[in-house]
Amino acid sequence: MSHATKEELGAAASVELNKVLASGKALTPKERLALPAQEMPAQPPEVRVRNIQEVALGYTPEQARVEAMRCLQCKTKPCVAGCPVQIDIPGFVGAIADADYARAIGIIKRDSLLPAVCGRVCPQEEQCQAPCTVGKSLKSLDKAVAIGRLERFVADWERDGGKMQPPAVKPATGRKVAVIGSGPASLTVAADVRREGHEVTIFEAFHKFGGVMVYGIPEFRLPKKIVEVEVDVLRKMGVQLVPNFVIGRTRTLKELMEKDGFDAVFIGTGAGLPKFMNIEGENLVGVFSANEYLTRANLMKAYLRGVAATPISQSKVVAVLGGGNVAMDAARTALRLGAEKVYVVYRRTEKEMPARVEEVAHAKEEGVIFQFLTNSKRIIGDEAGRVTGIECVRFQLGEPDKSGRPRPVEIPGSEYMMEVDTVIVAIGNDSNPLIKQTTPELDTTKWGNIIVNEDCATSIPGVYAGGDIVLGAATVILAMGQGRRAAAAINKQLCGGGAG
Amino acid sequence: MIETHVIVRKKQLSPEVFEIEVKAARIAEQRKPGQFIMLSMDVDLGERIPLTIADADTAKGTITLIYQRVGQGTRLLAQLGEGDAIPVLVGPLGTPTHIEKVGAVVGVGGGIGAAPLFPIMEGMKKAGNRVVTILGARTKELIFWEDKFRAISDEVIVCTDDGGYGRKALVTEPLKELCAREPKPALAVAIGPAIMMKFCAEATRPFGVHTLVSLNAIMVDGTGMCGGCRVMVGGKVKFVCVDGPEFDGHLVDFDGLMKRQAAYKTQERAALDHACNLDKMAAEKKAEG
Ligand SMILES: Cc1cc2nc3c(=O)[nH]c(=O)nc-3n(C[C@H](O)[C@H](O)[C@H](O)COP(=O)(O)OP(=O)(O)OC[C@H]3O[C@@H](n4cnc5c(N)ncnc54)[C@H](O)[C@@H]3O)c2cc1C
Ligand SMILES: Cc1cc2nc3c(=O)[nH]c(=O)nc-3n(C[C@H](O)[C@H](O)[C@H](O)COP(=O)(O)OP(=O)(O)OC[C@H]3O[C@@H](n4cnc5c(N)ncnc54)[C@H](O)[C@@H]3O)c2cc1C
Ligand code: SF4
Ligand code: SF4
Ligand code: FES
Repeated sequence: MSHATKEELGAAASVELNKVLASGKALTPKERLALPAQEMPAQPPEVRVRNIQEVALGYTPEQARVEAMRCLQCKTKPCVAGCPVQIDIPGFVGAIADADYARAIGIIKRDSLLPAVCGRVCPQEEQCQAPCTVGKSLKSLDKAVAIGRLERFVADWERDGGKMQPPAVKPATGRKVAVIGSGPASLTVAADVRREGHEVTIFEAFHKFGGVMVYGIPEFRLPKKIVEVEVDVLRKMGVQLVPNFVIGRTRTLKELMEKDGFDAVFIGTGAGLPKFMNIEGENLVGVFSANEYLTRANLMKAYLRGVAATPISQSKVVAVLGGGNVAMDAARTALRLGAEKVYVVYRRTEKEMPARVEEVAHAKEEGVIFQFLTNSKRIIGDEAGRVTGIECVRFQLGEPDKSGRPRPVEIPGSEYMMEVDTVIVAIGNDSNPLIKQTTPELDTTKWGNIIVNEDCATSIPGVYAGGDIVLGAATVILAMGQGRRAAAAINKQLCGGGAG
Repeated sequence: MIETHVIVRKKQLSPEVFEIEVKAARIAEQRKPGQFIMLSMDVDLGERIPLTIADADTAKGTITLIYQRVGQGTRLLAQLGEGDAIPVLVGPLGTPTHIEKVGAVVGVGGGIGAAPLFPIMEGMKKAGNRVVTILGARTKELIFWEDKFRAISDEVIVCTDDGGYGRKALVTEPLKELCAREPKPALAVAIGPAIMMKFCAEATRPFGVHTLVSLNAIMVDGTGMCGGCRVMVGGKVKFVCVDGPEFDGHLVDFDGLMKRQAAYKTQERAALDHACNLDKMAAEKKAEG
């Protein structure tokens, strides 16, 4: 596949756009379906594997308008039902088609606070874009209206154009809300609660704000700058941001409410406890959890070798175990840190991989080697306890399991060895137990997820929770959606002077 | 709620060991024996390094840290003086020591390990235990806080490798003697280099004396998020930063711990050499200028 540059893609879109504008007539549905689906401009694979800059470059305005014109403005709006926060998609897409970007971003912001983030990292092909009529009519999910890219386009237009306005804050109410963690769930709660005039303080265990958006999702997929701007908006709104503060250690949740006088607390601490495979050799030097690998690389900037203090292995051959977004991020980060070969070892087939389709495609373009229907059996090391290889075994698809997916079964005697010096375990996270341990009254499931009702209220009055700590490892948009719900309930509690 | 962590007092205890008292009111108020902090010398590029809270003063709102200059992070820290602030400081982290009255407790502090040992033995004394402290180091210069230990111990035994001060012995010798005494201690707490803790655990094992050790695994975040600090304890994976840092010494896989501690040896050496060269160049420039 030849690689078209942003200029080429933009120029082609200009031609299309001028044709449409010149005709002066409204497009018929047939004409809309005939417009070319706009490809996302991206850094060429051979260039981007050597840098950490963002891979996807964003649409040109012409591309955005042509893509937006592909939307049929369906009365039934199936796309809206697919979006976890029900953004008025035909509304904002229509505004982009009219080149009214300010109206477009206004419509999105009624329901989403982090469009620049969600436009980049939402699994759109499973959410808003899955039921899109255009994709259905053209019999290809790839041809659905690129809702996420359009969302990103207007969010970037607003930010890069310096048009971001912090939302208005109502007069002070004298009520205080503590927000624990600073991932997408927490940032959303902070904004929505602050708007109503309540005092908001965010407590974050790390020295940077943004949660997984800064320590997990790599720069080349979500530039840190974007998260920083969102955090700055909160600062401008008067939200207090306290770094290096671990609730459950520096202060307990109880103390926040009893000593520090917070009227309500939101817990958005995420799913931060890495799972391991429990196979032989997992404690060898050179075996990392994806969290450790990505944190060293991202938050601690280990890619700046010789400048950053946090070291990271200089790997030659890397095996990543897992098939989700986290595995893709780890594999692509390893390439950027100079690995010669990176394998992704996944038990099922490509079809079952939970990673976003675009990330898998990007990983392949960059040279990541996929070993499907394969599982790791044990990791082998040398005298010094360093990884030298991994033993894998092949699987084949058998009878469907309870979820209806064909169950992978081991092929006896198919074991084989791969020589690797680094293994990254990316098989998911459990919930961080710190707050639960120091707040026994908090009801949790047996996996440690906090139990909440439809208002995101926990078993303790005045305490709410949302995001991955409730849902298990989920997505940014779901975390944000829960944040909105919790904020609404907190605002209601504080204004009504009700329970708390 | 944001505190600036200013160093209010600094003292050099030996050529490579420093004691600092740092403003951290909330940590001082919350900390319990066995807990540690993590600090970083640069918000953007720093590495988070764990140091035990050796002491705290709630009235002054300060904590005391004792650190040995070993690599880049501790070297940068040593460049800070009174009045300077530590850019990133978070804590208290880790599970506090379980302190109760058990009878007699023997504490072993090897080298810099005396720092984390102090608050534990102080707690043990306050809980009504008979406390014996063994301090060990290579030379006399490396023994510190002997007076503080004397103030909270019923007996203090000092050993040096070269015999320049106290007994010429390894700490395991008096430890064995104490275990052989009747009534034998109910608990031993050994903190120091991994190899010392391993041998202390071996020394107490035949006597069936329960032995706590405090593990200095390499850490990244200190909150249970990365798993980098994992060690095998009794055949199970444990995260030192949240499940520890203290564990039953008879169950710890010390060999595994030591291998993981050496993970970044060469890179750290390189970072240190690089930094030292920069220092040298700066010093030369100054001399010339
Ligand atoms: C590598 C990776 C890639 C991903 N890719 C995608 C993607 O492409 N698309 C997508 O939608 N989702 C993706 N996700 C998932 C998504 O990032 C999460 O679902 C989302 O960030 C969850 O948000 P949250 O608000 O619940 O908390 P988090 O983002 O997890 O943030 C929690 C914050 O709380 C802090 N904290 C924890 N405990 C305490 C405490 N006791 N006191 C103070 N602070 C505390 C943590 O330090 C952290 O900063 C990815 C996740 C990872 C790890
Ligand atoms: C719970 C705990 C409490 C500790 N308390 C003290 C204390 O009170 N006083 C003290 O002097 N030291 C203490 N240490 C050890 C101290 O953290 C390390 O000496 C320090 O991190 C070295 O950092 P550096 O950048 O100067 O050296 P580096 O150049 O990074 O490393 C030098 C050596 O230190 C060890 N080390 C490196 N990074 C870490 C890390 N993140 N965590 C642990 N060890 C590491 C390695 O063995 C390495 O080879 C403690 C460690 C732990 C885990
Ligand atoms: S938030 Fe996500 S799911 Fe909703 S419209 Fe935007 S990209 Fe689609
Ligand atoms: S389903 Fe597709 S075509 Fe229909 S309104 Fe939504 S985005 Fe437009
Ligand atoms: S230091 Fe990361 S889990 Fe312990």
